[in-house]
Amino acid sequence: MKFETPAGKNPIDQLKVVGRATSRIDGRLKTTGNAPYAYEQHDVAAHQAYGFVVGAAIAKGRITAMDTTLARAAPGVVAVIGTLDHAQPLPKSRFNTAHLFGGPQVEHYHQAIALVVADSFEQARAAAALIRTDYAREPGQFDLAKAAPDAPLVPGSKGKPDVARVGDFDTAFTQAPVQLDRSYTTPDESHAMMEPHATIAAWDGDRLTVWTSNQMIAWGKASLATTLGMPPEKIRLNAPFIGGGFGGKLFIRADVVLAALGAKAAGRPVKLALTRPMMMNNTTHRPATIQRVRLGATRDGKLTAIAHSSASGDLPGGDPEAAVSQTQLLYAAPHRETFMKLAVLDLPEGNAMRAPGEAPGLMVLEMAMDEMAEKLGMDPVEFRILNDTQVDPAKPDRSFSQRHLIECLRTGAEKFGWSKRNPKPAQVREGRWLIGMGVAAGFRNNLLMKSAARIRLERGGRLTVETDMTDIGTGSYTILAQTAAEMMGVPLDAVTVKLGDSDFPASAGSGGQWGGNNSTAGLYAACVKLRAMVAQTLGLSENAHFADGKVIEGEKALPLAQAAREGPLTAEDLIEYGTLDKQYQQSTFASHFVEAAVDAYTGETRIRRMLAVCDAGRILNPKAARSQVIGAMTMGVGAALSEELAVDKRFGYFVNHDLAGYEVAVHADIPHQEVMFLDYPDDKSSPMKAKGVGELGLCGVGAAIANAIYNATGVRVRDYPITLDKHLEHLPVLA
Amino acid sequence: MKSGDAFGFSRRGVLVGGSAAGAVLVHAGPVQAAPAKGDVPVTMPVSLEVNGTRHDLQLDTRTTLLDALREHLHLIGTKKGCDHGQCGACTVIVNGERINSCLSLALQHQGDKVTTIEGLGTPDKLHPMQAAFIEHDGFQCGYCTPGQICSAVAVLGEIRRGVPSHVQEDIVAAPAVSNQELRERMSGNICRCGAYSNIMEAMQHVAGESA
Repeated sequence: MKFETPAGKNPIDQLKVVGRATSRIDGRLKTTGNAPYAYEQHDVAAHQAYGFVVGAAIAKGRITAMDTTLARAAPGVVAVIGTLDHAQPLPKSRFNTAHLFGGPQVEHYHQAIALVVADSFEQARAAAALIRTDYAREPGQFDLAKAAPDAPLVPGSKGKPDVARVGDFDTAFTQAPVQLDRSYTTPDESHAMMEPHATIAAWDGDRLTVWTSNQMIAWGKASLATTLGMPPEKIRLNAPFIGGGFGGKLFIRADVVLAALGAKAAGRPVKLALTRPMMMNNTTHRPATIQRVRLGATRDGKLTAIAHSSASGDLPGGDPEAAVSQTQLLYAAPHRETFMKLAVLDLPEGNAMRAPGEAPGLMVLEMAMDEMAEKLGMDPVEFRILNDTQVDPAKPDRSFSQRHLIECLRTGAEKFGWSKRNPKPAQVREGRWLIGMGVAAGFRNNLLMKSAARIRLERGGRLTVETDMTDIGTGSYTILAQTAAEMMGVPLDAVTVKLGDSDFPASAGSGGQWGGNNSTAGLYAACVKLRAMVAQTLGLSENAHFADGKVIEGEKALPLAQAAREGPLTAEDLIEYGTLDKQYQQSTFASHFVEAAVDAYTGETRIRRMLAVCDAGRILNPKAARSQVIGAMTMGVGAALSEELAVDKRFGYFVNHDLAGYEVAVHADIPHQEVMFLDYPDDKSSPMKAKGVGELGLCGVGAAIANAIYNATGVRVRDYPITLDKHLEHLPVLA
Repeated sequence: MKSGDAFGFSRRGVLVGGSAAGAVLVHAGPVQAAPAKGDVPVTMPVSLEVNGTRHDLQLDTRTTLLDALREHLHLIGTKKGCDHGQCGACTVIVNGERINSCLSLALQHQGDKVTTIEGLGTPDKLHPMQAAFIEHDGFQCGYCTPGQICSAVAVLGEIRRGVPSHVQEDIVAAPAVSNQELRERMSGNICRCGAYSNIMEAMQHVAGESA
């Protein structure tokens, strides 16, 4: 099905199942320990051996020798694979920046250099410690602040200029009666999903099956084929349950490559997981940024000039953290300028982490907006509302498909009690606590990706959905079941959903908050086909409607199951898109409100209240969508207050590479959280009229926290995370 | 830091100096003698009562309780998130107390009664805490969930028994089932999906029903 014109009325609009708060259909498996994750599938292949991965102990250089004699002789060892077994690195897919394995060159710390396969985990681990490696270390560049000034501009994509300009920023900024020019930093961050990267690999002749933890099945299959140099049709990739990804499992990693190589060498299936302390340096991370924002405004608060630039680093051939993207679309101003610089750093690979670009970009832009509002003597909610735009500022004839940011801000302000905020910072005390409120806008684009699904009407009337879509905690199982139930007129429990298998039709996968809308739209297309098949089988026209397990037309009401009396009916289709996302800017919007308390004696911050109001099209399952948003808000608390991969600039690695050193938010950090969804189905996005929401919740929340802390303390910290050492000495004098 | 000077030149410091001048040779590896191929790992017998069933196992002495459950008894509900006591995904209840099963060796548990997530309830017969987690959506990816639920069940027991916590105003008074109490006691269980607010609602729900 090609989606080329705005959606009209369709069966999803009935909202009998879709749009209702629905408990997850995989909940009983997950809460009882019966959902099998990658490492746990004991029954899929007999006689599984255990793999243990060894990482490089230097950040850059060459391996001159590797002695595996002792490891090979150790008890229980079945096979040892060393990186020097390969003269060159294994080919990498277009998704990978650093090589995953092979060859003498070390590109980053903890890059995989060896694998030990043994009968037990304990034996593999012990033997791995017996490998002796000699390195020729080479100097590297690990310091973003040092490298940024000389870093080249990032070339504009698709022939666009390197510096995106609208109007004449320099002149407008110079002439603006009120100006703000500030620099900010955000640190390297780690996905730190709870399930480590893990794989079981089994060969059957020249065919390979991997049970792995991956967000994008079709990408993973193609990438693995490239790296192993084999035809993709000989590979099956299976990931029914994924213990979190956040972008860290978008692309294949060393676990799946080494499990496959290990299983080949061992002549039996191999299972392995990256150890927690290897994850932060072996895999990818969100790159640190150094950003500068310049705002020019009239005295009554109209922005006339906006500039945003960002510098980040990555390995050679890598990508920038696109922290300036949202600044091209969020606020009106006739004169604009955005650009990025990308330095070469020899740290581990930087890559996508939840809301790449917008997450650190809005942490900065929305702090700058708060600073500008204060300079103007304006309320920060009103300042944002005054500078709203309903069109793409670079192409004023191109409007947003839907944009209700103003309503997000007004509704949130009302609900949160914003009118009680004292605009003058450091005025509100409750005992030892300094209290403040902050606001920020959230923004993240809605991306359209083609997505396929298959649906089968079984004998007896049950429905089975099959697609390689993944559920990384997002609730894909449930919204797909809701979609099928709505379209085919059956209750939710009449639908079985099977996911994450590369033998199923290729879906949009889970990333960039595109999974929910696109994967359900693909299933919608398959359901439209199945409805036609059912109607035809039953001798009805395409006008028949489906409800209560029946197919109804005029006087006739036939049981749906009757259509499968002679055997199952199977329909497969995909959704693909025309140019609606070119004609209209499709984005999602939020307002974030936070109340923070800062201990006047210790500088410690406590978040007391959080509210997000989201404008993200039709919400398919308000229960799971709310969870996505509160989860993102929680990640935002970590980003604002504690998360930072500490760079050892001498040796070139992230020092705090485990969950004790890298501090994500825990229960004690998170108060009760509130989320509201505005009800604006978007007919330009898909037949589902839904949009992404999973990343929106993270966009802007860090700045709302920073702004609340400033309102509490009067101390502006522009280097995230806002740890107590950065403001303690400047806190108000204690009475 | 001045105090660092007392150590003089560290091995790493020397290497830094060397690397600035160009490539240097370094190596990492064992210095101890390795066991010969013929050596068999040391194993010992241990009996565990897991979810009411006695299991007699012969285990490599290095096997953690976590791996005994996951790899030997195939009870996959208990998760390995970090394998060194930082995340809580491996939480099980041993003789009525919750522990991180990755931090103890299986052999330390001779005769112990172990309750895992599978022992609390099944898909057809959920424990009230499992049902409350589903109702309040107290999970997303599900990987920390068994540990969260085992901890949550144990925490309500600890509060009932009057075990004090760090956030109690008066540590000799009976602790309350307050949001602050629950959050403090649950903080050893990390949920990166960020379901904390919903987990609190699930726990309050169960605490309210059993009160």
